[in-house]
Amino acid sequence: MIKFFLNRIAMIIPTFIGVTLLTFALIHLIPGDPVVLIAGERGITPERHAILRAELGLDKPIMVQYGRYVWGVLHGDLGKSIVTKQPVFKEFITLFPATVELSFFALILAVLFGIPAGVIAGVKRGSVFDHSVMGLSLTGYSMPIFWWALLMILFFSVFLHWTPVSGRLSALFWIDTDTGFMLIDALRSDEKGAFISALRHLILPSIVLGTIPLAVIARMTRSAMLEVLSEDYVRTARAKGLAPWRVIGIHALRNALIPVITVIGLQTGVLLAGAILTETIFAWPGVGKWIVESIRRRDYPSVQGGILLISSLIILVNLIVDMLYGVVNPRIRHTR
Amino acid sequence: MKLLKRLLILALVSAFLFAGANAYAKTCVYCSEGSPEGFNPSLYTAGTTFDACSRTLFDKLVHFERGTTKIIPGLAESWDVSADGLTYTFHLRKGVKVHKTKNFTPTRDFNADDVIFSFHRQWKKDHPYHQVSGGAYEYFNGMSMPDLLKAIEKVDDYTVKFALNRPEAPMIANLAMDFASIFSAEYADKMLAAGTPEKVDLEPVGTGPFILVDYQKDSIIRYVAHPDYWDGKAAIDKLVFAITPDPSVRYAKLKAGECHVMPYPNPADLAQMADDPDIKLLEQEGLNVGYLAFNTEKKPFDNAKVRVALNYAINKQAIIDAVFQKAGKIAKNPIPPTIWSYNEATKDYPYDPEKAKAMLAEAGFPNGFETDIWAMPVQRPYNPNARRMAEVIQADWAKVGVKAKIVTYEWGEYLKRSKDGEHQTVLLGWTGDNGDPDNFLAVLLGCDAVGGANRARWCYKPFEDLIQKAKVVSDAAERTKLYEQAQLVFKEQAPWVTIAHSIVYMPVRNEVMDYKIDPFGGHIFYGVDIKE
Repeated sequence: MIKFFLNRIAMIIPTFIGVTLLTFALIHLIPGDPVVLIAGERGITPERHAILRAELGLDKPIMVQYGRYVWGVLHGDLGKSIVTKQPVFKEFITLFPATVELSFFALILAVLFGIPAGVIAGVKRGSVFDHSVMGLSLTGYSMPIFWWALLMILFFSVFLHWTPVSGRLSALFWIDTDTGFMLIDALRSDEKGAFISALRHLILPSIVLGTIPLAVIARMTRSAMLEVLSEDYVRTARAKGLAPWRVIGIHALRNALIPVITVIGLQTGVLLAGAILTETIFAWPGVGKWIVESIRRRDYPSVQGGILLISSLIILVNLIVDMLYGVVNPRIRHTR
Repeated sequence: MKLLKRLLILALVSAFLFAGANAYAKTCVYCSEGSPEGFNPSLYTAGTTFDACSRTLFDKLVHFERGTTKIIPGLAESWDVSADGLTYTFHLRKGVKVHKTKNFTPTRDFNADDVIFSFHRQWKKDHPYHQVSGGAYEYFNGMSMPDLLKAIEKVDDYTVKFALNRPEAPMIANLAMDFASIFSAEYADKMLAAGTPEKVDLEPVGTGPFILVDYQKDSIIRYVAHPDYWDGKAAIDKLVFAITPDPSVRYAKLKAGECHVMPYPNPADLAQMADDPDIKLLEQEGLNVGYLAFNTEKKPFDNAKVRVALNYAINKQAIIDAVFQKAGKIAKNPIPPTIWSYNEATKDYPYDPEKAKAMLAEAGFPNGFETDIWAMPVQRPYNPNARRMAEVIQADWAKVGVKAKIVTYEWGEYLKRSKDGEHQTVLLGWTGDNGDPDNFLAVLLGCDAVGGANRARWCYKPFEDLIQKAKVVSDAAERTKLYEQAQLVFKEQAPWVTIAHSIVYMPVRNEVMDYKIDPFGGHIFYGVDIKE
């Protein structure tokens, strides 16, 4: 077990080098010069252009720039944003709680509805419920997020006035955001109603962001259940006269969960990497929107740093998923 | 003891009352389109940033009257210009209170030191603040201030003298621009002593109508009205910028009553907005021009006849209908009608393909020729869809035998390559900075601007003489005449096809009173009230 983890951790090193090289190369390959973009139609004199590029370190050969960047990363310095002049790490940490909060609720929603729906669909294969779940999940999976979100906003917020349109908290509440997690900050503040407001603001974006993972999880659970339910040991358990819920809930589901956990792990990575469209539509100040904006402005340090941090998180989530396999299925724990 | 108890009760009751008053404070919520780059207007160039700082937190020596391009006194009550146009003396307003924030309590009112600090920081390379926060002062440099300024001196606490190297009539207008915002020198000194000079740019202290309370990145900016603002406290008590990048969502928020004012509506939503009983749709012509520039250094565009012919060949009304929908107006001059000296007498070239063909034949191109049209990859205020515009022009020109290929590049590349003159014809535009005609005519068409913002690379002596003369004359009537004449010369030589001035639409909720569209494209909330 320990050897396995040490192996996994050792594998992280080349992954990191790959990530730094790839992000660095890709963002520098896109045409566009941050200095020219800052100046816009106004233009800039060649002298001033040269000075600014030198200040940003962009006048050095590309390999030197890469070397400096990696050296900085090894020393825990991700550089400063070209646009805001703030340290990249500080910007990331400011925005990350919003992404985590949203991803967490979206994932909870997806798991809470996806797994039961998948289990029932699997058990009642061919029933009306099964066909509805499969149809709906296919629709959910293929729905354009942008359109789906606007539809929800128009119906629930503009027409019914049940939920707020966007943002994280009503503009009428003036609370301190020390932790960056709006629910926690709202709870800690003295303002009555702030917590409810924060919660209400989470509903629509969580549904929109959770739609695709929900569909994926429901379909995955269904197919895993179908496979497990046809196994000999399930038949044996049934033949022994076990209650149906024990057969399904304990014998079948536990084994069926292994591929489902893999999918949940992958989806967590996807969610944390920034729900770019959901964040943009709901004006949710998370990291996805920030990275896209940074790419548009050719803010090299922010793009490189942001992607590196997110990649680290995805690697971490994958490690956790590997450990969870062991917990759910003892066979994996013992064979390693 | 009894007295103490009573006092305590009184304190509690008043605290309760105060809290109650606070809850009913008048709040204006503005659904802004993006995040500010920072809170120091001299470091940045984006309008979004200016809305969040220079137009809320700061004052300048002179201001633009809200909703116009007219210059009015700001922190300077009055000013004198010497006869040779080289010295400007500003008499500063007394009793102007500086913001009190959670980190800073001013001990003095605004004075000449604040003016000197704000300009020297941008100008003097050895100033302790010059390098703070990256130290790139693009507007200060872009307006040629380093070449223009000879000295800025404090005569006394309430008098400042600006000495120039050459006369520059637009100088006063320059000082009303965002980069010329006045900071608190006392706060800057305090932060420098504390070793945190960057706080001046992150938690700014000015004298403007609003005080920054906090900024949650990419989410919300909060302000309260400055209680002692020299021009009177703002009618609203609190101002909130709810950052909402998507225009459809901004509109949904406006409809749901989550914000009072929104900028940049989708052109497709305008008709619905106009019919909405809860919304007022304000409109005004923008201070901008969208144009197609011919590269006059390249053949055949070095020939004015060819340029005029191609002017005749374009159906501008079709462009307004197809590209701008409702939000545009045909341009005949290189400056927008909201700027003084706009020449009403200029005659535009009407759409006349037959005449265009005849002129091309006269110029030696009876069968037309091949060329290119560069189209920007981005949406700009003066051109919502350059690609579509290029297609309309391409079709129009094909009718007179000119085959044009549409070319486009990434925005940065586009700006760079067109600056270097790689194009034959290029679509671009300009939004005015200071409401002075010089800011269009000299910046975009002057000889010094060839290789810079002069994309036509057009340097024409009769025109150049007029605009150079207008730069040094301080008499407004005489300047107007010179610029009017320059516009006629421009039209006759046709280095551009002037295409359109966009119309700015601003949907606001009915309860918003006295909102005025800023011709410079800013969003200004001092003077705005909310009906209860």
